[in-house]
Amino acid sequence: MIAVVDYGAGNIHSVARALTRVGATFAITDSPSTVATADAVVLPGVGAAADTMKGLRQARVDDPVVAAISRGVPYLGICMGLQVLFDRSEEDDETPCLGVLRGEVVRFPPGLEVPHMGWNQVLQADDSPLFAGVPQNSNFYFVHSYFARPSDDACVSATTDYGLDFTSVVRRDNLYATQFHPEKSGVVGLRIYANFIRLAGQTPRPEFA
Amino acid sequence: MLTRRVIPCLDVKNGRNVRGVRFSADIDAGDPVELAARYDREGADELVFYDITASAEGRNIMVDLVERVASQVFIPLSVGGGVRTIDDMYLMLRSGAEKVSINSAAHRDPDLIRACADRFGSQCVVLSIDALRDPDSDPPRWTIYLNGGRVRTSLDAVEIAQRGQDLGAGEIVLNSIDADGTREGYDVEFLRAVTDVVSIPVVASGGAGSLEHLRDAIALGNAHAVLAASIFHFSVYSVREAKEFMASAGIPMRLDPYD
Repeated sequence: MIAVVDYGAGNIHSVARALTRVGATFAITDSPSTVATADAVVLPGVGAAADTMKGLRQARVDDPVVAAISRGVPYLGICMGLQVLFDRSEEDDETPCLGVLRGEVVRFPPGLEVPHMGWNQVLQADDSPLFAGVPQNSNFYFVHSYFARPSDDACVSATTDYGLDFTSVVRRDNLYATQFHPEKSGVVGLRIYANFIRLAGQTPRPEFA
Repeated sequence: MLTRRVIPCLDVKNGRNVRGVRFSADIDAGDPVELAARYDREGADELVFYDITASAEGRNIMVDLVERVASQVFIPLSVGGGVRTIDDMYLMLRSGAEKVSINSAAHRDPDLIRACADRFGSQCVVLSIDALRDPDSDPPRWTIYLNGGRVRTSLDAVEIAQRGQDLGAGEIVLNSIDADGTREGYDVEFLRAVTDVVSIPVVASGGAGSLEHLRDAIALGNAHAVLAASIFHFSVYSVREAKEFMASAGIPMRLDPYD
């Protein structure tokens, strides 16, 4: 069973609708033990780093999320669900994050309009199963003002050009996370969810198979 | 590269999609859920729903409508019309809207923009401006109207757009009442007056009748997005045709296969 972690993130219902559409079996949960023992974990997220970390801690799901990733179950982070994987974020006067991946999250430099909001192309850097059936340079929907700067490029699965090239997808073993919102990215976005539930051992609806 | 956006707009009255000309004379243009799905298949980058009744009853219909659309259409949805409080905004976001536009209430109480931006983030907060060009002013001036064009104010639209950005609005929808529903083209001069002084995205609204109008709003008016109703509802052009035309004019567009 896939656990969609409920810690007050604003986009949880959109994520749930997309999972439903591709035929996933999942539970929205704020139970630390359910998260820790799930077959797969989805961490939605939108908004500010400090609020996200606070929400995760208050729901006491921060350690269970890290534990699930350590156990090697498929993990999908969306937007803030990508950013909080790193050591820290510049946002809100340096917010310590989960530290699953080495690196930091920084704000787009002056001169670039923030938030980076709208459809932009995603250049796949590896053969990730998350992108099965998704054409190279497909457009996805972004809304964010900060982006991840990994210490080690090995986890960079895709990049996007917004005046500078930034990491838009990370991957390590069974961990996947996107800076964009696949649940708002039309058909290619749904395909990301379909690919993820396949990694979690489920069968997507035929039109996404 | 960030693409420019094409946004079909659905004016909703009592759960049906309607189309007005200069803010009146409704024509029934079909079921909004069906239309939303069609636009998504044609490659719409975003959809906007305006509740033109803007009553408490209308709000409940909207919540239901947005929920139904959001379960079938997986692109950003915006909602506007009759949003007066933070709670109204929360209700819309919760039902599946990505952005909520505030119009009359924001002009009456500018702090509402700040309060909504603080609570939900600027990216959710759209300031919607309906304005009429002053007939004799030189240099040109545009005056804001409220309540769907019925109430004149003394507010200067360009100044209010700047103030909206300062208060935390993440985007501005600029609707020219003169041009609305006429299909004679956006007010490009109005767009330039605003895009020259704000750095947040400006969405052109009101007057689209041809593909050239859409192109000009972006290429000449510097709009980030074009919003249109009639030309899409009545299949004068498909969204895909509009995007292909603009891409051929050198405007970055999302042209992926959509279905």
